[in-house]
Amino acid sequence: MSAIAIDRPRTEADHVAPPVAGAAAIHIKGLEKSFGNNRVLRGIDLDIPAGQFVAVIGKSGCGKSTLLRILMGLEEPSTGHLRFEAFDGKDAQPNTRIVFQEPRLLPWFSVADNVAVGLGEGVPTEVLRKETASVLSEVQLAEKADEWPSSLSGGQKQRVALARALVSKPGILALDEPLGALDALTRISMQELLNRVWRELGFTAVLVTHDVSEAVHLADRVVVLDEGRIVLDLVIPYPHPRRHGNPALAELEGQLLAAILGDIRS
Amino acid sequence: MSAFDTSFIRVGAESRTRPVRTARQVISLQRFLPFLLPIVVIAAWQLGSAFGWISTRIMPSPAAVVVAFWQTTISGQLPNNILVSAGRAFAGLLVGGSIGFLLGIANGVSRLSEQLTDTTLQMLRTIPHLAMVPLVILWFGIGEESKLFLTALGVLFPIYLNTYHGVRNVDRGLIEMGRVYGMSNWTLFRKVIFPGALPSILVGLRFALGIMWLTLIVAESIAASSGIGYMANNAREFGMTDVVVLTLVIYAILGKLADVVARTIERKALRWNPAYQN
Repeated sequence: MSAIAIDRPRTEADHVAPPVAGAAAIHIKGLEKSFGNNRVLRGIDLDIPAGQFVAVIGKSGCGKSTLLRILMGLEEPSTGHLRFEAFDGKDAQPNTRIVFQEPRLLPWFSVADNVAVGLGEGVPTEVLRKETASVLSEVQLAEKADEWPSSLSGGQKQRVALARALVSKPGILALDEPLGALDALTRISMQELLNRVWRELGFTAVLVTHDVSEAVHLADRVVVLDEGRIVLDLVIPYPHPRRHGNPALAELEGQLLAAILGDIRS
Repeated sequence: MSAFDTSFIRVGAESRTRPVRTARQVISLQRFLPFLLPIVVIAAWQLGSAFGWISTRIMPSPAAVVVAFWQTTISGQLPNNILVSAGRAFAGLLVGGSIGFLLGIANGVSRLSEQLTDTTLQMLRTIPHLAMVPLVILWFGIGEESKLFLTALGVLFPIYLNTYHGVRNVDRGLIEMGRVYGMSNWTLFRKVIFPGALPSILVGLRFALGIMWLTLIVAESIAASSGIGYMANNAREFGMTDVVVLTLVIYAILGKLADVVARTIERKALRWNPAYQN
């Protein structure tokens, strides 16, 4: 269990690409959240350096989605602190974007207009068109710009959703089981895409998933939640991009699965 | 057994050589099919009138209706009355539709507004609006206000109900996405809520168009001094069955026209929806 490292110093393996100027560090201290009598989060302490890719995994109902929703400002914490720190060390409200499990595209807008939603209001048309086109070619959907979302496959829709999240160059990207609804092959190519854009753009990424293999392949660090507490905080010290079928990763996968399923097996 | 097999093969070979011609024939026949029944009925009707089997006091011949159409068109009576009726219809649709639309949006978006007005509206909705005719005549006489009021009241509820229903059924996930992506309330309405509710609103519009003509026919027959309903009622007093039937035909055409317009709006506005892509 030497791989457990809570509040450890930042290591070289934490990120490969230098973080972008807007990438923000996330500091969570003593975070709790209750819905009525249901204590979903029971004291979370987590420091995520700028530009790190963190995966949060755990069984259904462990509180991982709630943690992400609090990060996104969709829920208020019951107690505890949440602080974002800009690259220059100052407190800042970073540009945070999310990709949901479902694409959540507006079916009445073209693919390009859906991506433009990510830029917000008051952006000049020229800039809008340029940014939209560039991010669409980033996710390899440039030729679909003028189509309706209904004509796309599930994987393509999710790539449009990713483009919408990336178009404003976010400092933090939250990913709420974004690949959960895709078939196995599409999922692998989406993982490669996610890894590539993260290395190129250098944002801080928080991925919520229950796919251990996905977490190990994408993240610098995997945090295991159980009943609202962090039970394991594991660094994945391998360079990106990672190959599927790497035995060292499989070993870590096993370790994580044991931690998640521990109380079921015993 | 072998004879059976041969005939089977021949039939198969034949049908393989003819598909282009038969396909074309089927298409032209299918285009013609909807009009077959009306044509047969009109022909039988004309024959019946010509041979004196149908009394002209009960039913004029189709030819007489065409003549009536020609005469009233030349005299200006028909176009004038159509204009008056259409004007009333759309004024009523505009007023009642706007009120219904605004109430539907407000109650769909705001809990307070819904609690304040929805129960009252649901209660009023159950009153047949044509039951208001005696009261409306007492209030407004037979002036324009009475027709406007009745039509507006008639179209208000279908538009209200469908707008409200549409807004309520907009995908919550899309609204949450809009909020997370920093949309202001107005932008959220413009880009998410209104387009999401539009299919339902347009269904309401089509219901409203039907009710709009119905209300107008009744209102104009009872209390009017112009319009197609008045024209029909007036013709009845002089026993001019041809004009009476003509007005029925005009109503059918106007109703169909309104429906075609609504369908066209649907196809244009909802072309993103696979159900309307054809």
